[in-house]
Amino acid sequence: METESDKTNQSQSQGDATVSDTERWASIVGGSAMVLMGLKQRSLRGILTAIAGGSLAYHGATTDKSLQEKVTDATGINKAIKVEKTVTINRSAEDLYNYWHNFENLPTFMKHVKSVQVLDLRRSHWVANAPMGQTIEWNADLINDQPNQLIAWASEEGAEVDNSGFVRFQPAPGDRGTEVKVVMEYNVPGGMLTATIAKLFGEEPEQQIGDELRRFKQLMETGEIATTEGQSRGQ
Amino acid sequence: MKAVCWHGTNDVRVDNVPDPTILNPRDAILKVTATTICGSDLHIYDGYIPSMVPGDIIGHEFIGEIVETGREVKKLKRGDRVVVSSMVSCGQCRYCQHQEWSLCDNSNPKGALQEPLFGFSTSGIYGYSHLFGGYAGAQAEYVRIPFADYGAVKIPDGLTDEQALPISDAFPTGFMGADLCDIKRGDIIAVWGCGPVGQFTIRSAYMLGAERVIAIDRVPERLKMAREQSGAETINYEEVDAGEALKEMTGGRGPDACIDAVGLEAHGMGFMGAYDEVKQAVKLSLDRPHVIRQMILACRKGGTLSIMGVYAGFLDKMPMGAAFNKGLTFKMGQMFGQKYMPMLLDRAVKGEIDPSFVFTHQMPLDQASQAYETFKHKKDNCIKVVLKP
Repeated sequence: METESDKTNQSQSQGDATVSDTERWASIVGGSAMVLMGLKQRSLRGILTAIAGGSLAYHGATTDKSLQEKVTDATGINKAIKVEKTVTINRSAEDLYNYWHNFENLPTFMKHVKSVQVLDLRRSHWVANAPMGQTIEWNADLINDQPNQLIAWASEEGAEVDNSGFVRFQPAPGDRGTEVKVVMEYNVPGGMLTATIAKLFGEEPEQQIGDELRRFKQLMETGEIATTEGQSRGQ
Repeated sequence: MKAVCWHGTNDVRVDNVPDPTILNPRDAILKVTATTICGSDLHIYDGYIPSMVPGDIIGHEFIGEIVETGREVKKLKRGDRVVVSSMVSCGQCRYCQHQEWSLCDNSNPKGALQEPLFGFSTSGIYGYSHLFGGYAGAQAEYVRIPFADYGAVKIPDGLTDEQALPISDAFPTGFMGADLCDIKRGDIIAVWGCGPVGQFTIRSAYMLGAERVIAIDRVPERLKMAREQSGAETINYEEVDAGEALKEMTGGRGPDACIDAVGLEAHGMGFMGAYDEVKQAVKLSLDRPHVIRQMILACRKGGTLSIMGVYAGFLDKMPMGAAFNKGLTFKMGQMFGQKYMPMLLDRAVKGEIDPSFVFTHQMPLDQASQAYETFKHKKDNCIKVVLKP
């Protein structure tokens, strides 16, 4: 069955990016629907860049695909991994945004991230743990920053693991706190498969981001991260 | 220190393990002065609780004395004599702040294990498997209390260890079972199971205004305690059909609310009982749902089912058609300990109830394996055992 959104996608793929299209994506990123539902054929990086006003990079966000891209899609090689996770936290959007925006705080609840070093207003250097004592490093660019609402980032050109994503803070209805949504996309060059990414991070990206958000919530609500590591037990 | 460790089905041992230490700033360390075996520990002992690992320290019903506090513990200090809720709860999430302490969002460090099974994770529980956080339990000389300011309640002067101990778990569980029934004037409440939780359920139903309470079991000394100490009318389901008896005893209407104080190891009668035991034995099903089936049929139309006995996995052959067409309300859950504990301590201090009445045995912690056997097989008319470290 052809749905309304299919039609929209088709009509867009025939034309150039328009202001209204960018607005539509801005509303998806800022709305209450599942972002990944609208992202099936799109690159998150492209959309985030378009919303931030970078029209040049917008080509990456269209559905037009070269033959080579279609082949790699069909074989599962070079396929982007997209993850979306949301948690509601019993704190104000301002508190949560402020903690997150200090990127050097992030390793406190992101277990696989060893360190984040802020280089300047837009750039930061990330070091993550990989299996067998290895580390991977990359530089990230802050591509959209809306105080108390949204932080979007993308790895700089040439990163070993190309990644982009955003975290969004929205007041929950009633007195339910703040809805925190993370959407991330990983693109791995050189035909690395999903399993390789999983090995790189030690677990499935979706579970990893779920765990990170769970720890972020624990930290923000209670001031500590629940643990049993180091407790005594019988042999 | 000495601690009761689970090593497999029907195998618990007192092992020497390192003393617990403060791991987080809101932790305290408690010197356990009295602990007890809960009926739900028998589900672990009998091997029905998934995600247990040999060596896990068990036990979740306990009192003691604070010997050390983390730097963010504000309300408690060294030397405080406290009773601790079996549920580990953070006190800060929306659930805790709405007094739904066992639904805590933040206290289960292994919540990701629970999500595929439950959809969402629940609070941690002391010594109750890795699904519930993998926290070391309290059948030990010392235990670590996470979020101590929210889990431990000071025991008022004048209460003995045995009087305060059931307020850790059995009494608030029974009280919540009755509370969920929203008891109104003239209501008749039926309680399945006359173990310690069942006894407290009966007492609580009266406290909340029940007209009559009818208790169902098959163990003579438990039925006797229900009659003589808790003031219930009783049905021995091995002697009569409990459903028929309940109908006759309630003017043909059926009880207004039915409370399950038994849980996943209920003994069924007849064909369905045998079917459930076989299925459970071959692990096709984790739970034997006999009590719930019987409650659905026995309850009056439009009545309430309150389930406090522990269930862990899946139920089979549930008469959903009966429940639906009779318009029943189901309420259930692990107890909201911290919601009830201060009020129950207060009732005990005022002499409205002496919670120590459920204890029939006292043994040193060293003899935990014998204590489990005695409690499981109801040897020597055992109803509840105090373990003294």
